[in-house]
Amino acid sequence: MIWIKNDPNFLPLRIRDMFAASPQLEHTYKNGPKMPLFEVMSKDMNMLKDRKKVPVPPISEVSEQTTWMLAVRDQRDRKAFARLYDHFAPRLKGFVMRSGIPAAQAEEVVQDVMLTIWHKAELFDPHRAQVSAWIYQITRNRNIDMIRKERRPVPDELGQEIGTEPDAGQILAVDQEVKQLVQALEALKPTQRDAIEKTYLGELTHQELCTQTGLPLGTIKSRIRLGLEKLRYELKGMR
Amino acid sequence: MSAITHHVPDSLLAAYVSGNLEHHFALVVAAHVSLCLDCRAAMEAHQALGGAVLDTADCAEVSEALRASIFDQLDAPVAATPNFVRSGIFPSPVMEALKGTPPRWKPLGGGIKQSILSADRDGSSRLLYIPSGRAVPQHSHNGLELTLVLQGSFGDDAGRFGVGDLEVADSDVDHQPTADLDAACICLAATDAPLRFNSLVPRLLQPLFRI
Repeated sequence: MIWIKNDPNFLPLRIRDMFAASPQLEHTYKNGPKMPLFEVMSKDMNMLKDRKKVPVPPISEVSEQTTWMLAVRDQRDRKAFARLYDHFAPRLKGFVMRSGIPAAQAEEVVQDVMLTIWHKAELFDPHRAQVSAWIYQITRNRNIDMIRKERRPVPDELGQEIGTEPDAGQILAVDQEVKQLVQALEALKPTQRDAIEKTYLGELTHQELCTQTGLPLGTIKSRIRLGLEKLRYELKGMR
Repeated sequence: MSAITHHVPDSLLAAYVSGNLEHHFALVVAAHVSLCLDCRAAMEAHQALGGAVLDTADCAEVSEALRASIFDQLDAPVAATPNFVRSGIFPSPVMEALKGTPPRWKPLGGGIKQSILSADRDGSSRLLYIPSGRAVPQHSHNGLELTLVLQGSFGDDAGRFGVGDLEVADSDVDHQPTADLDAACICLAATDAPLRFNSLVPRLLQPLFRI
C-alpha cells in the first residue's frame, strides 16, 4: 500500500469511497479513463477543498476527526492538523494530568504526541482504529518511553495489502463505534466508570486488573468481532 | 496461525494496552500479538476503549506557546528510529530486543540453551532452546512466568503448546515443560521473580544463569 500512498495519481482512487460522489471517477474506476486522469484528479482535489459542499453520501457520516486525520495522512493538510490539535490537545493535556503529571510536563507530552501524529500519520488505518484509539495508544507509549528512556515493545505492524481499495463500510463501522463506546461509558455507574478510567489511564497494576470486574466485556467483545473480521480479511492474501 | 489455542488473558492485555505491564512481560505480549489475530483484535478493542476514555477526558487549557512550538516543528527533520522487522521465527519486538542480531546461545546443561534478552530488578526475559524430547527441570514460580512458543512445541500438565501459544504460569503452577519429539523448541520466556526449582543442581546454578 505504501507505493499507493506515495503516488499522488492514486490519491483519487484511494479516497474515492471516502468522499464519494465523484461520478467521473466512478466511471474512470470501472471503465477506464474517458478523460485524462489529471483532470479527474484535479476535479476531485477541488472537491476535497470544499469538502463541506460535497453532496451527502453515506460516508459523510464519518466523524470530523477521521476526516481530518485522513487529510493529514494523505495530503499533509496543516489546516486539518490544526483542527485535530484544537480537538485533542486540551483532552490530551487533561488526560495526561489526570495520571498525575504536572501541567508544564503534560504540555511536553502533548507536544510529543501531536508531533508523532504528524510524522507517523501513514500508520493510521481507519479500517482498524478510531482516531481517538490510535492517539490513545501513542500517548500511552510515549508516556512510558519517556519514563523508561527506551522504546516499549510493540507488535509487528500489519501492512495494508497492496491494491486494496478503502472499505467505506468498515471505516464507517469502526468510526461510529466510538459514539457507542462513549455512550456505554457515560451510561455506567460512576464507580464503574471510574474503574474504567483508572484502567486505561494506567493506574491499575496487572494484579488489580485480574480482580477487577468493571470492564464492559460485552462492549469489548463486539469490538473484537468487528476488528477480527477485518484482520482476517486483510491477512488472507498476505501469509 | 489458526492453530493458536493459548491466548493472552484479558487482564494482561488491558495492562499491556494501558502501559501498566512490566517491560519483560510487555515484550512477550507484543510478540504474541504479532502472531495472533484474535489477540490483536482484542488489543485493538482495548485501545478503542482507551480512546473513548481519552475522548471524554476533562479538557485542560493549553498555552498558545505550545501550539506555536508544535507548528514550528512540523517541518523539522526527525531522527530516524531504527526499524526492526520480523526475521525467521522472531517477530519484530523480539528482533528489537535482540538489537537485530542473532541470539547468543549459552548452554544451561542437558542441551538446553538460553539467550538472555534483558535482566534487571523487575525481572528478566530470555530465549530458551530446548532440544527435541528434552525437559526443563521441574519448577514452580515465585511470581508470574509467561512463555511463548516461537518454534516447535512443548507439553506440560497444562496441555500442549505450539507456535504462537502462550503459557501463563503463576505461583500455583508446578511444571516440567518437555519439548515434543519432532523438533527443537524455541521459546520466549519472561518472569518477574526467580523460578523455584525442585532439585538441587539447577537451584545452585540459578544465580549464574539468572533464571
